[in-house]
Parts: sequence; C-alpha cells; structure tokens
Amino acid sequence: MTTKLLFFAAMLMGFYALTVFWRLVAGPETANRAVALDTLNSLVVALMIILAAAYDSVVMVDVAIVYAALSFVGTLFIARYIEGEV
Amino acid sequence: MTFLLVGALLLVSLFFNGLGAFSLYRFPDVYTRLHGATKCTTFGTLFAAFAVSLFSVIRFFETGEGRFIVLLIHTLIAAAVLLITNATSAHAIARAAHRSGLLPARAVVDRLEEKEEMKGGAAHD
Amino acid sequence: MYVFVVSFLMYLLLVWSGGGVGIFELFVALILSAVIALLFHKWHPEKKFSVSGLNPRKWFDFLHYLFGPFAVGLAKANIDVAKRVITGNIRPGIVRVNPGLKTDLGKTILADSITLTPGTLTVDIDDEGWFYIHWLFVRDENPAEEELYGDFACWARRLAE
Repeated sequence: MTTKLLFFAAMLMGFYALTVFWRLVAGPETANRAVALDTLNSLVVALMIILAAAYDSVVMVDVAIVYAALSFVGTLFIARYIEGEV
Repeated sequence: MTFLLVGALLLVSLFFNGLGAFSLYRFPDVYTRLHGATKCTTFGTLFAAFAVSLFSVIRFFETGEGRFIVLLIHTLIAAAVLLITNATSAHAIARAAHRSGLLPARAVVDRLEEKEEMKGGAAHD
Repeated sequence: MYVFVVSFLMYLLLVWSGGGVGIFELFVALILSAVIALLFHKWHPEKKFSVSGLNPRKWFDFLHYLFGPFAVGLAKANIDVAKRVITGNIRPGIVRVNPGLKTDLGKTILADSITLTPGTLTVDIDDEGWFYIHWLFVRDENPAEEELYGDFACWARRLAE
C-alpha cells in the first residue's frame, strides 16, 4: 500500500519536472533557462529518492547524491558562462 | 499507520515542489523566479527525504534488516548535500544574471545598480 | 584539519553497508581523505592546519543552529513564499546591508541562511562586506539588519569567528 503511494508521488514529481521544460525551452534569457534547469535538478533528486524507497534499492540514492553534486558544478559553470568569463 | 505518516510528509513535499514549479510561470523576472524555485523546491525535496527516512525506519523495525538503515543514512546525506548546494547555486545564478546586465523587473529600489553606476558604468570585473 | 576528518567520516558512512567495515576500506578512506586535505591546503595556502575546526562545542552549536533558528526560518520562509506565489503580491527590489563579518565561512553561512529565509536572496557581496540582497517585498528602502534576517548575523559570528 505504501509502495503504491510512493509510486504515485514519484509520478506527480515527474509531472512537475515535465512542466518545468517549457521555461527551459522558452525562457527569454539564458539566466531564466539556468533557473529552470536548477529547479529540474532538485525535482529529479526528489524523484530519485522516492523511487529508491519504492523499488527498495540503495544504489539509486547514491546516484541521487552524485547527481546533486554534479548538477551543482554544472550550474556554477553555467553561471560563469552567463557572466561571460568562460 | 505507515501509510498515513509517510503520506502526510509526501503531501507536504508534493505541495511545495508544485509551487516551486508553478512559480517559474507566476513571477515576472529571474530574481523572483529564483525565490520561488530555490526555496520551495529545497523545502519540498527535504520533505521527500524525510518521508523516505521515516519509511525506512518503520521498515527497519518491521523486518530488522540492516539495509534499511543504510537507506536512511544515504537519504540524509543526499538531503544535506541538496541543502548546501541549492542555496549556493541560486546565489551564483543571481550574481551572474545581475552582472550580465539583467535588471529586476518592477523593482522599487536597486542599490547594486546604483553602486555600479557610481564606479563608472561597465565596471564589471 | 576538519576537511580531513569530515571526508574520512563521509567515506566511511557511504561505504558502510550493514555489517562491519573492513581494514581495506579504512586504508582507502585514509588515503583519499589525505589526498583531499593536501589538495585543499595547496589551493588555499593561507589556511593553516589547525584543530580549532574540530572543537566539539562549535559542532554542537552548528547543529543547534541548524535544527533551531534555521529550521524555523526555513519553514516560515516557505509559507511566506507560498502565499506570494498564490496571490502574486510582490514589491521586489535590491537593498544593501553591512553585517560586518570578516571571515569567508561566516559570510557563506550568513548568505546561505539569507537565501533560505523569508523573501530574501543574496545577489552579491563586495570587498567591504556589503551584502546586496534581493527582497521580494520591500518595506523599507534602507532596512536595518534585524528587519531582513533577525539574529542570523549573531549566529554566523558565533559559529565562524
């Protein structure tokens, strides 16, 4: 029963991640796209954590940790690019 | 019982994550969007992590298997990493946006722009 | 020094899987955290190897801050921002304050706390210690520190200086 609930929450989280895509495609400037990408990263981390509990596998949480750290580095590089230093 | 507790935490998480995604369309410019996106998604994802932690603690007491404690520890580490990195990357994006010349929409006051004008316009170093 | 200890403990926490930790894992953890600490020392030569970062009272204070004032501020901030997202009632602007912090760690703690608490987002910090803060609902164009972030500056001073 709780597993079904977790799958349902993961489904809604995936739906939110899909709604963010329009800002990622349409955002007037690069900065808006960076904001959308940052939001998308947080949502994907939440999705991975919930799915790890639902599928009962610890490896997925490890993937979430690495994803959070690497997406942080990516966001920093995009920020440097917007500043015009790279 | 497990269903209700985990469900309540997941409901809070889904509510705030939804608001974070919605605020990207609700607010007029980069800075205000960053407010909504950063705060709401950080809080929402923290609550998702709490829900999974509670789930793994309950499952540990039901089954007594050690791997649920491992799941708990790794989830808490993921939450800590997210809490630190999200605030920092929001700060990086805001600073980069201001340096690239994006001004806040509908702003009543902008001290940073005033300071940069005093230093002679394009003093972005 | 606390870089070494924190990375050592973090590696062991990630590697631990229910049973005990083998001698091989301890060896790998020692080597990896030594490499990280040496690299950190190379990139920041002005930072000396000191044990002051290991003071347990400081860590206790940090945990107290994290679960006390910071958690309350985070919850309040989210309810406030949620209301503003739904009603669309905003009056944005960038204001500046000078909390008078000196160390980098203190500035980082305060900037992160500001970003995650009600309606404020740090945009820039200049060399003289002025914080430029984007405020979602400007009540006062030259605000006092308490109005923006309460007593977080005192906490940052206590934790980092």
